Amino acid sequence: MTLDAIYQRLTTILRDVFDDDTLVAGPDLTADQVDGWDSFAHLRVILTVEKAFNTTFSAAQISSLKNVGELAELIEAKVAK
Amino acid sequence: MSDLFTELAWLPKVPLDFRQSCRTLLHRADPGRAIAQLAGFALDENQLARLADAIERLRAAGRSLAPLVPFKLGVLGNATLEPLVPALVASAARHGIALECVRADYAQTMAEALTPDSVINRAQPDAVLLSLDYRGLPLTPGLGAGEAAANVADALRFVQELRTGFRRYGRALCIVQTVPPPPEALFGSFDRAAPATLRSLTAAFNSALAQSVAGTEDVMFDVAALAETVGLGRWHSPTQWNVAKFSFDSRFLPLYADHAGRILGALRGKSRRALVLDLDDTLWGGVVGDDGLEGIVIGQGDATGEAYLDVQRMALALRRRGVVLAVSSKNDESVARSVFLKHPEMLLRENHIAVFRANWSDKATNLRAIAAELSLGLDSLVFLDDNPAERGLIRELLPEVAVPELPEDPALYARTLAAAGYFESVAFSHEDGSRADFYQDNARRALLQTQAGDLDAYLASLEMRIVFRPFDATGRSRIAQLINKSNQFNLTTRRYSELDVAALESDPDVFTLQVRLIDAFGDNGMIGVIICRPLGVRAWEIDTWLMSCRVLGRRVEQMALRELLHHARLRGIERLVGRYIPTGRNAMVADHYRKLGFAPVEEVGSITTWEIAADAQIAPAPMVVDRTAFELVAAAEG
Repeated sequence: MTLDAIYQRLTTILRDVFDDDTLVAGPDLTADQVDGWDSFAHLRVILTVEKAFNTTFSAAQISSLKNVGELAELIEAKVAK
Repeated sequence: MSDLFTELAWLPKVPLDFRQSCRTLLHRADPGRAIAQLAGFALDENQLARLADAIERLRAAGRSLAPLVPFKLGVLGNATLEPLVPALVASAARHGIALECVRADYAQTMAEALTPDSVINRAQPDAVLLSLDYRGLPLTPGLGAGEAAANVADALRFVQELRTGFRRYGRALCIVQTVPPPPEALFGSFDRAAPATLRSLTAAFNSALAQSVAGTEDVMFDVAALAETVGLGRWHSPTQWNVAKFSFDSRFLPLYADHAGRILGALRGKSRRALVLDLDDTLWGGVVGDDGLEGIVIGQGDATGEAYLDVQRMALALRRRGVVLAVSSKNDESVARSVFLKHPEMLLRENHIAVFRANWSDKATNLRAIAAELSLGLDSLVFLDDNPAERGLIRELLPEVAVPELPEDPALYARTLAAAGYFESVAFSHEDGSRADFYQDNARRALLQTQAGDLDAYLASLEMRIVFRPFDATGRSRIAQLINKSNQFNLTTRRYSELDVAALESDPDVFTLQVRLIDAFGDNGMIGVIICRPLGVRAWEIDTWLMSCRVLGRRVEQMALRELLHHARLRGIERLVGRYIPTGRNAMVADHYRKLGFAPVEEVGSITTWEIAADAQIAPAPMVVDRTAFELVAAAEG
């Protein structure tokens, strides 16, 4: 799966989680820039991503993500395996 | 493959405009009904949160959520509760409840219960959900047998005190959860025998808890059974526990919340009371009108036959616990009843069925009549039917009726019906058991009430496309099969072999039509066969007209006649002559030609002859016509 495709699906997921159709998942997007992205919303994002990409993340991975770019790269690495 | 339990597969799939529909809820005149409808889809955690947001906004704006019934629930637990609340609020709406939650702070269990002005007690809720995780109970593995028993008693006393506190200070009943054990064994199978392992401790605790609830106002929420159903290894997520203290994997949140919603619904009398059953391909395999009593599949010794027995067995078990049974089937009544009377393998018999409606009316009309006869609301009915078009019709016209989605494999029908939990009950009394008989007697007295719903709008929503072609080699074997198998919707019941059919393909004097129907649910395949032969000059006789009963009530006959007339005119034909030859199995089409506007010409014995002018105008039905491969078609007519 290409990074482009991953970002596309992440956009859908973010719009679903935050009910905001203006959101676009890009590498520099961070939680601070999104209304309502608190720690529970973060888990919802992660769990929705896990389901959508049929993968799981470790606690360390979940808490270390700095921005959507890192999430996308993590997904890319997981899905490639 | 979708997982029945995780995906709530008995509920219809979420429409693409779901979030948009949630946003417009605020502007609806009747938000309660709209909420119930949106809650009826198989919502995931994010969608539950969306709907719960909308419900909270409506509540904040002071809007009435009727007909949803208000319920205030205290939520208390020793694990993370935040994600539970929106899931509970949205799922409760699926069960007729306008839920308001009062959540205690994390791990404030005993203080909440025993402090008169705690958050929950102050709110005076209708009930308190004790969402307890085994990790927060005083259950300590590794002790000896004697200590283990004392340990279980301690844990039970802890829950008991919570219950007493909320009853005294909050005047609320408690919904108490069993605790699922973790999947990690210490010894292995021996864990079950050793009293002080977590497996044994939780089992002893759960069983003591269940006993302690009997005879009290408090009710059980068997979360352990839920976890076992989906698998303990999937239920418990070590990562989610470590990261966020989620008691169980959040992918099961929709399932957990739906089960909680059922209990709230049951407490408010919202559980369903009647199960309405389709017959062909739902209670047995095959179509009794076509296949005959000997041809249907039901009974031991055949894998498919046993699947249908499972459905019947479940219906009978439900009847014994007070669920009233009814039948709605597109069949001749005598043919349908004969299966209940004569088939040796049938478990269900006529005396189990309170209302038996086998006819050719649309099922919405029949379900209304069944509800009226039973003096029950439509929101008490569950409708089980293998046919997605019938399910869609009922959901569209009678949204109050619960209609489970069914998988393709009939072996899973019974499980799917049970998984949907329509008949949730928090207690069982002797009178409950005889309730089915009560309704049955009631039905004999009640009057029939028949009305047609907005059928046109529904038909339009099916997005039907009807395809007309002359006979061809591709369709040949299916055409021959239909000609030799169809009994019910068959005007003349003339049988032709595959060779005969091949000969008709190239006969210049004969006009043939094969009809397919595609709709929003998929391709129904070939659903009609018509053969016309010349009758003198400028007239056709309809030698054969048969259709599949699957598409009855869709106005397909009307469209087929339009098509026939179109081709007749192009070929200079002035009139069409049709015959009805009764066979004992095709009574349903006795009035076929009259209904389509033909005039009676003669009656010889029981055979009737009908006629219509080729320039007769037949109104179109809401479907797209796809006409291909007719050689003579000129551009003269559109």
